[in-house]
Amino acid sequence: MTTFNDFVIRFANVNGSGSASANGMFPKALFRMGIPVATRNIFPSNIQGLPTWFEVRVSERGYLGRREGVDIMVAMNAETYREDVEILKPGGYLLHDTSKPLPDSLKRPDIHEIGIPISRMLLSEFSDPKQRSLFKNVVYIGALAELLNIEFDVITSMVATQFKGKDALIQPNIHALEIGRQYARDYLPCPLPIQVRRSNAVGEKILIDGNTAAALGALYGGATICAWYPITPSTSLAEAFEKYALQYRVDPDGEERKFAFIQAEDELSAIGIVIGAAWNGARAFTATSGPGISLMTEFLGLAYFAEIPAVVFDVQRSGPSTGMPTRTQQGDLLAAAYASHGDTKHVLLFPSTPVECFDFGALALDLADRLQTPVIIMSDLDLGMNDCLSDPLVWDDARRYDRGKVLSADDLEKVEQFGRYLDVDGDGIGYRTYPGTHPEKGAFFTRGTSRDEFARYTESPEAYEQNMQRLLKKWATAATLIPQAEIDDSGQRAGILYYGTSMLPMREALDLLSDEGISLDTLRVRGFPFGEEVYEFIHRHEFVFVVDQNRDSQMKTLLVTEGALDPARLIPVIYYAGLSISADTIQSQVSGYFTMRKMPRLKEVKL
Amino acid sequence: MTFVAKPKVRHPLLPVNEIGLTRRDYEGLVSTLCAGCGHDSVSAALVQACAELSIPPHQFAKVSGIGCSSKTPSYFLDKSHGFNSVHGRMPSVATGANLANRQLYCIGVSGDGDSASIGFGQFAHIVRRRVNMLYLVDNNGTYGLTKGQFSATNDKGSTSKKGVPNLYDPIDLVCIALQLGASFVARSFSGDKAQLVPLIKAGIMHHGFAFIDVISPCVAFNNHEGSTKSFDYVRKHSEHVVVADYIEEHEEITADYAPGTTEDVPMPDGSILRLSKLDKNFDVHDNVAALNYIQQRQEEGEVVTGLLYVDPEASDCHEVLHTASQPLNALGEADLCPGSETLEAINASFR
Repeated sequence: MTTFNDFVIRFANVNGSGSASANGMFPKALFRMGIPVATRNIFPSNIQGLPTWFEVRVSERGYLGRREGVDIMVAMNAETYREDVEILKPGGYLLHDTSKPLPDSLKRPDIHEIGIPISRMLLSEFSDPKQRSLFKNVVYIGALAELLNIEFDVITSMVATQFKGKDALIQPNIHALEIGRQYARDYLPCPLPIQVRRSNAVGEKILIDGNTAAALGALYGGATICAWYPITPSTSLAEAFEKYALQYRVDPDGEERKFAFIQAEDELSAIGIVIGAAWNGARAFTATSGPGISLMTEFLGLAYFAEIPAVVFDVQRSGPSTGMPTRTQQGDLLAAAYASHGDTKHVLLFPSTPVECFDFGALALDLADRLQTPVIIMSDLDLGMNDCLSDPLVWDDARRYDRGKVLSADDLEKVEQFGRYLDVDGDGIGYRTYPGTHPEKGAFFTRGTSRDEFARYTESPEAYEQNMQRLLKKWATAATLIPQAEIDDSGQRAGILYYGTSMLPMREALDLLSDEGISLDTLRVRGFPFGEEVYEFIHRHEFVFVVDQNRDSQMKTLLVTEGALDPARLIPVIYYAGLSISADTIQSQVSGYFTMRKMPRLKEVKL
Repeated sequence: MTFVAKPKVRHPLLPVNEIGLTRRDYEGLVSTLCAGCGHDSVSAALVQACAELSIPPHQFAKVSGIGCSSKTPSYFLDKSHGFNSVHGRMPSVATGANLANRQLYCIGVSGDGDSASIGFGQFAHIVRRRVNMLYLVDNNGTYGLTKGQFSATNDKGSTSKKGVPNLYDPIDLVCIALQLGASFVARSFSGDKAQLVPLIKAGIMHHGFAFIDVISPCVAFNNHEGSTKSFDYVRKHSEHVVVADYIEEHEEITADYAPGTTEDVPMPDGSILRLSKLDKNFDVHDNVAALNYIQQRQEEGEVVTGLLYVDPEASDCHEVLHTASQPLNALGEADLCPGSETLEAINASFR
């Protein structure tokens, strides 16, 4: 039986061998044929020589999360050959280079071998050893085109675009593609029962990674200062900001740049620059990952207490410590939510898609100004560094930046008495002024030490307590301003609560569970502090699964702590081993819970 | 309450500056530091310098870290915004503040613990970044607020109040600043207002990163015999190499030094920095030689003071980064947002 547009292919390579650009052509070609794809780069913390894998999920139904099992393995790395062969699903296809014979011990009777003498063929075609090595990757793409029925001209046109300006490289690349294709035609059973065909499932969608989308969000949201320190997997966010700012923020008449891009000496400095800039009225942000958040905590506490806007993108990776720096995780929730000593709490946003990376990137700048506090966007490596099929990014030209409560010189003229921390409006948020606004009025002293409503230093217990209580009132205001949870509630007995990239496999997981007779209501958390709708959803259900990509169910801890909930009603579903959570993982843990508790699986059972 | 506002009554004969303000308009709250603290003299010098420059007080931004020194921005310029930030991290906050609005005069006050220990890295990097500001260190060689531990600028062999000698070699922030490319470097003494005030004025008006290390004795913990940061020691051992006089555009220039030993350096605002060499072998435009000279004299227990290096043609971080001449904090949607049409083109590039 032939299946179309539904498989997982994994490329196993050695990093630094030029495989990334060749492999990148594969999903892009399918995307241009209108087929939904999701890519996952599983790479080492290394420049050259270690194993790297590139996985592409092809799904007509638009399942973009990870699924266990591989249908086609392109095994180009001898070092990982054994595990690469083992991971193949029975009946799967193993594409390998037969220039060196495969030892019998690695043979599996239940899979199909597709051997191509790649190195041998290149020996006679290219004299340059570097080209011979690089084009290995291109040859198997050419063969796959024939094996899977990929439109060849889609691929060749991509080569032309990719090497625009380096025209000398176009012809050899196309030639290498043709070598692979010709070999497949002559010697292999083309096409395979697993194939692709042109579809219209993609529509207007784009293929973009979350970091690029987030950087564009910061650009559109009016950030003028980006201070950062290089750290995987957030580096590409800062670099994308610079790239687009150089394109769109440079005065047409000359050199004047309407942004400042500062690579700081460390994360402490990066957040210090952001806070200094925001104190002085500029929109500023930094991008980092877990170890950076650890270093920024003292400053985050200052910004919380002194009430200064700051925007931080935390592209999470596996911790603790250096952990697995190139693997994904949602491990920083608690560290970010309560970063710093004393009673501190920070506003968090949880994007699930590139569109949300863009939207929340811009929104965070508004929220930070409105709430005069840090806002941390909790992305992760899976979302940040992989190309995701995404709706196009949208900007409303009528939108105006919300700079929050800032008094101008004219405003100050009208104000009888200015007190930086006076709760004039009853929402816990005072009015601020930028340095240099007015010759006589509005100046105040910002400090991390206790002060009264007029920003004057004091150790008065009453003034301290009043200030801390006002910060709680502001926290309650924050809960009304952050994006509401996305809820699908049809009155089921149980619910499932998730956030961030756990959304990617969720639809597939729910479909798998539904096939087993388990139906769940869903809630996707998009921000912290939690809105009332989150607690109401939990109270409405007998129990709620909470999906976390960390060991200790950090979202559950946040919910229990902030909502004073009964922990027994929140059932952890967890995965934290470095890849993104798969539909199968969610399905098996939920299903296992139903089995263990001997609960009925009829779809219509209600409380 | 631990703050005290000074009563705003002024003597009718108090002189007014060019913009009609008196020195009182540049003052801050009453200091809560120990009576006789060197830092209060530095604050007073700052008040005098800012008043004499006739810059409207609200056009300054004051930034500091943590420690006795970092409290002092409360004690001058209370019409300007101030930010008492995190221990050792004033340089990053100052960088951000300066990037956001290049038109403000930025004054950073730090201490030896703040800049030479916990914030040594940040100090080094703000020098490299060439932030256009006056960075002033109140250097007393000790941790006052935690009661008298040695700091990293304390000289080896210099003793504590109880007579215990310091075991470690000092960090000299002046040498570090020279080595890392600061374009204005000076050392002064809180007990020498005549030297300090013109240096502060010149440092504020200097375009680029201006650093002044002010030896400012701690009367509570480091002003005894055996200390090399005491009033007595510094008075006895300081060697003033170059006198800097800040002369405003319209002021009459009167020379009272021997011919051939003075040099007039034009400042970006049209004023003049008049340098008078007290040591004819010292070249104030040669940072390598200055470094060498300071270290040699230090070996002999002497403290070289005055203006030590100036590059009047220095550039600042905004020139390095090509930032817009308009302050970044004044830009709005029209300047910053590329708009929906551009976004459609960006979307198309991802298809």
